[in-house]
Amino acid sequence: MTYRLLLVLALSMCVGIAGQAPAQTPAASTIAIEQPWARATPAGAKTGAAYLTIINRGSAADRLVSASTPMASKVQFHVETNDNGIMRMRALPSVEIHPGVTVTFKPGGMHIMLVGVKQQLKEGQTFPLVLEFEKAGEIDLQIPVAKAGAMGVMKGM
Amino acid sequence: MSRRTTLIAVLAVSLLVLCGAWLTVALTIHRNSTQAADTSPNTAIGGAFTLVDTRGKTVTDQAYRGKWMLIYFGYTFCPDACPTALNNISAALEKLGSEADKIEPLFITVDPKRDTPQVMTDYLKSFDSRIVGLTGSKTQTDAAAHAYRVYVSAQKSDGDDYLVDHSAYIYVMNPQGKFVSVIPGDMAGDKMADQLRATMAHAGT
Repeated sequence: MTYRLLLVLALSMCVGIAGQAPAQTPAASTIAIEQPWARATPAGAKTGAAYLTIINRGSAADRLVSASTPMASKVQFHVETNDNGIMRMRALPSVEIHPGVTVTFKPGGMHIMLVGVKQQLKEGQTFPLVLEFEKAGEIDLQIPVAKAGAMGVMKGM
Repeated sequence: MSRRTTLIAVLAVSLLVLCGAWLTVALTIHRNSTQAADTSPNTAIGGAFTLVDTRGKTVTDQAYRGKWMLIYFGYTFCPDACPTALNNISAALEKLGSEADKIEPLFITVDPKRDTPQVMTDYLKSFDSRIVGLTGSKTQTDAAAHAYRVYVSAQKSDGDDYLVDHSAYIYVMNPQGKFVSVIPGDMAGDKMADQLRATMAHAGT
């Protein structure tokens, strides 16, 4: 549904505007990652999803080209669209991050899909995830796990 | 207040207003689209189905007569939309308290090849224990999806990593098994509970 995309866009813009105020990222890195989290995976589930916000504070575009974690055999970027109630998920080979732009991965929109989950992701644990950008290089993250089907890391979200 | 502080304060307030305006517009449009979905024509959605429950026992829709069926079609390989819907249903059941006793929540797979009764059993442990998982032969699940006008389309992929496009509505069926309404799978549990309570009260059950 285009309306949902609009909502995502509106929210991302707000996050983008709010995110730029503190300017706490070291000058060396133009790519900042905020609020990474993942969902606990049900027992036996082969896939999982992680979500986060990417902010490009530099003056040039960058590109998220790959990601990896010891928890899954591969990691893909997916965009989900709700087309009149039909959920369609498509893999994106990479995600372009334009300068000054905030890209938000969130339930119902884009997600980082863990394929071939090797061990169950349990609520309360954290796990390592490495994002690789074309220019900014590798960024190591620790991802906190919220409950299965949660809409955010914080309770009540 | 220094000039700089004033400038920052003015900027901050403007940004907040801008955010608020964006959100208001976006949410209004979103709300309208949700309402539009709820008033879709209710002709011939639903019908008889024969499926297999998580204990491997064959069941038909007749087993749930006398209860409100809350039916969601999905699959366990789905990392985003399906856990969202199942978590929202779980939250709604909890919020409904004893009123949830009138409801039979069903999770019907659109991917029986991978979703065996054992896979469904394990998967559903992460959600409310009242949710019943149903699978079956491909013919059986296809027939159920067809009866509910559910769009299902498996994407082509090498091996077992394929994705399935599917409708993400939750179907509300009355105790006689007749279609009443659809709820978007991403509706928050609290709101879903309110809507179900209103629907059941309206029907006088």
